[in-house]
Amino acid sequence: METPAQDLSRDDQFQARIDADVRIEPKDWMPDAYRKTLIRQISQHAHSEIVGMLPEGNWITRAPSLKRKAILLAKVQDEAGHGLYLYSAAETLGASRDQMLADLHSGKAKYSSIFNYPTLSWADMGCVGWLVDGAAILNQVPLCRTSYGPYARAMVRVCKEESFHQRQGFEIMQTLCAGAPAQKEMAQEALNRWWWPTLMMFGPKDSESPNTEQSMKWRIKRFTNDELRQKFVDMMVPQAEFLGLTVPDSNVRWNEARQAYDFGEVDWNEFWSVVKGNGLCNHDRLQARVQAHEEGAWVREAALAHAAKRAAREAVAA
Amino acid sequence: MSSSEWPLWEVFIRSKQGLDHKHVGSLHAADATMAVQNARDVYTRRLEGVSIWVVESTHIHASNPDEAAEFFDPAADKVYRHPTFYDVPDAIKHM
Repeated sequence: METPAQDLSRDDQFQARIDADVRIEPKDWMPDAYRKTLIRQISQHAHSEIVGMLPEGNWITRAPSLKRKAILLAKVQDEAGHGLYLYSAAETLGASRDQMLADLHSGKAKYSSIFNYPTLSWADMGCVGWLVDGAAILNQVPLCRTSYGPYARAMVRVCKEESFHQRQGFEIMQTLCAGAPAQKEMAQEALNRWWWPTLMMFGPKDSESPNTEQSMKWRIKRFTNDELRQKFVDMMVPQAEFLGLTVPDSNVRWNEARQAYDFGEVDWNEFWSVVKGNGLCNHDRLQARVQAHEEGAWVREAALAHAAKRAAREAVAA
Repeated sequence: MSSSEWPLWEVFIRSKQGLDHKHVGSLHAADATMAVQNARDVYTRRLEGVSIWVVESTHIHASNPDEAAEFFDPAADKVYRHPTFYDVPDAIKHM
């Protein structure tokens, strides 16, 4: 006989709803750990979008044509939008915007390590769109079905916009690869620089990712890090071949039995070192964010003062 | 730190004439005018809307999800409210 619902603990009832694919909404009861995990994951995701504007912002004034510049501006504006959708989703869980920003600025909260790598040439704009956004899409598409309603809805919006990002990056690569030998070389160099850091975006190996199991159970995460990394390699190796570029990993070869590509081991020392703050750009990125926040303080205060003054004037007139 | 955080606004967008405004998310703004402008930039960069409503989040009152079962219970046992409750003879058309 089935256990009547009232005999189940709140945690069990919660898990039963998740298992039945019922979405959890902001005011619903949820275990504290679920709330905390989501706030951490969503705010880190939001921070990544916001910090992610910096490496691309670096190239707005130097884009090779007006068309490329307009496209890059639109893309960077989208990243800001994605950050805002996500902050607003995290706020439905009771996190405050100011606190989330304070945690980013103090270094307490993390963001994706990929943005701690520099963008040295225009071809890097191609690789950021093609590879980095490609990896982001693989991470994000399953999140459109994540168990927390506001997060899933934000991800639907993000994913719709992200595919333009990846295509514009691929087009930059395609154009360079069809250009002069020096341009093609620039594309290959960018791929050499971005390939491994992009594989690191999927996070530590499953065997070293202790939170994965619980997150999968809560359907906050729907595939493991290693599953997504494999998918990414399988997707990207043929695309690199199409471009006439070589993935910088001598171990990449098709495995007929697995129907997937074998590939080499990520340098996990580099991964942890960048996570811990020792990447090439960790310091610059954080400093740029803090500076923007501090230098914008007077604008935020002035806007509030103006709103208060106008409200007072309207109250008198009424 | 935050006595100076801008208030939170809920954003509703009519995607085209003839459809309802639908909740799309929230944002921070100092006042209603700024909230509408920010909503345009955050939520309608690809022609997703022809009209925007913003409401300060503190002004929204909601039913309590913990009491949803009892609250919506009165509608649960009134199947006769649905047309499928009634048998219509095959000979009767247009009903």
